[in-house]
Amino acid sequence: MIVAENKPFHDILGLIEDAKKILIVGCGGCVAVCLSGGEKEVGVLASALRMSRKKEGNPLETVEVTLPRQCDPEYMDMLKGYVKEDIDCILSLGCGVGVQFIAERFSKWVIPAQNTKFAGGTIAHGIWEERCGLCGECILYKTGGICPIIRCSKSLLNGPCGGSQNGKCEVDKNLDCGWQLIYDRMKKFGKLDLLLKIEPPKDWSKSRDGGPRKVVREDVKIS
Amino acid sequence: MTTKTESKLEKLLARGEFVISGEIGPPKHAGPEGIVKHAENLKKYIDAANITDNQTAIVRMSSIAAAFHVLRSGLEPVIQITCRDRNRIGIQSDLLGAYSLGMRNVLCLSGDHQSFGNHPTAKNVYDIDSIQEIKLVKDMRDSRKFLCGEEIKQNEPRYFIGGVANPFADPLEFRVARLEKKINAGADFIQTQAIFDMGRFEKWMEMVRKRGLHERTNIIAGLIPLKSHKAARYMQKFVSGMLVPDEIVYRLEKAKEPQKEGVELCVEQIKHLKQIEGIKGVHIMAVAWEEIIPTIVEKAGLFPRPSL
Ligand code: SF4
Ligand code: SF4
Repeated sequence: MIVAENKPFHDILGLIEDAKKILIVGCGGCVAVCLSGGEKEVGVLASALRMSRKKEGNPLETVEVTLPRQCDPEYMDMLKGYVKEDIDCILSLGCGVGVQFIAERFSKWVIPAQNTKFAGGTIAHGIWEERCGLCGECILYKTGGICPIIRCSKSLLNGPCGGSQNGKCEVDKNLDCGWQLIYDRMKKFGKLDLLLKIEPPKDWSKSRDGGPRKVVREDVKIS
Repeated sequence: MTTKTESKLEKLLARGEFVISGEIGPPKHAGPEGIVKHAENLKKYIDAANITDNQTAIVRMSSIAAAFHVLRSGLEPVIQITCRDRNRIGIQSDLLGAYSLGMRNVLCLSGDHQSFGNHPTAKNVYDIDSIQEIKLVKDMRDSRKFLCGEEIKQNEPRYFIGGVANPFADPLEFRVARLEKKINAGADFIQTQAIFDMGRFEKWMEMVRKRGLHERTNIIAGLIPLKSHKAARYMQKFVSGMLVPDEIVYRLEKAKEPQKEGVELCVEQIKHLKQIEGIKGVHIMAVAWEEIIPTIVEKAGLFPRPSL
């Protein structure tokens, strides 16, 4: 899933300081799963903002709604009834995609309440980790299911570098060296010989380096 | 003996000389005087000098530009090209440019992560890695091709290609396999990480010899002369990829004249390394203590240096 984290509360306050009435939009997708932008978080943020503004003597009115997903035009339709004249701005708790879908659809000022972090998963309650760099051409079949692009700090394809010691990365003693993990796994599966092949330079044009990407599926298109 | 390049380092190695290289770190400003001085002081005592490439990710004069001053001063440079700051286009372009200025040796390395340097918020490149870089330099030389496969129609750059190896990083068994990968990619010489733990180094060399790798490349042992026990302790604790045994720290701590002791230790290491089968020379990294190199070389009985 896309993992996101709320911006610092004071930053959000600053971003809406000119508004009297705001629409706060949550998302029931990834950000609800990672406990940062679902219905519950919308409610908590809304009341915190109202309280803080009340203390300042500058009360804030909030309207709250959580869509099943913000990255889908179909659900965006559900928002129509809420985007009224008197709404000064929309605060989205979706990931960066949700914020942009709202901006594309409505002519209202939209503000992100979240910092969209990475594609990852839950490690334990309250801990999420990055797993995929969205490179556009997955090579996990070569590395035992461990991603060198995102789990090696240098994205090496022929690692590990000389900074790998005791299983940890040179960048941080608390960070596993992605290449040690790959090595251990390949060894376990008796596939170390695969690591001896020189992995050629990657085609980064399939990644963000090739410009904004698009997927078109003729088989599911409704024309 | 035929050589592939015009590199002096290659020629000396081909002749069976025990080579000595040093290291010169370019300055954090645009003046060449300091580099020229170092080069002039060292040129009689070492056969070549690595010119570091924004070492530890701290901005300095570029390796190639500094190497040009070194070359003009009469010392053979080994330029360094890390994968951190340039993509495949920049790397190939710099290889052409540096060769046109007279550079004949290149050391390919991934480079310290930018989080260690003075611009930790920089974007890193790592478009290709060090093994891919070695292969790229070799293909430019031996197949006269750019990475994309396009032919280099004339004046292909013919570098003597170096890589690095760290016998002290993990996993130990894979370190030798990865060295082989570098040799297969085209590394003509290999400089090792600075050696303090001689036991581990010898174990690694044994594994290297078992695979016959010492006959397929020139292994040059890395050394750092120590000025004090504090320097030793610092490297032991804070520098990733280094192993500094406690006994070395104690030895310097107890010494009345730690600098002298550091020189002594380095000379002992050189004499020892010279006896190890498969070691073709030493690489002395006395950064910020370059002036000690002549003393070490003389004491190790390696002066005067051979000429071509
Ligand atoms: S190889 Fe690419 S697609 Fe596969 S996990 Fe890594 S970044 Fe994601
Ligand atoms: S220590 Fe491991 S994870 Fe860190 S940069 Fe080196 S190879 Fe990558």
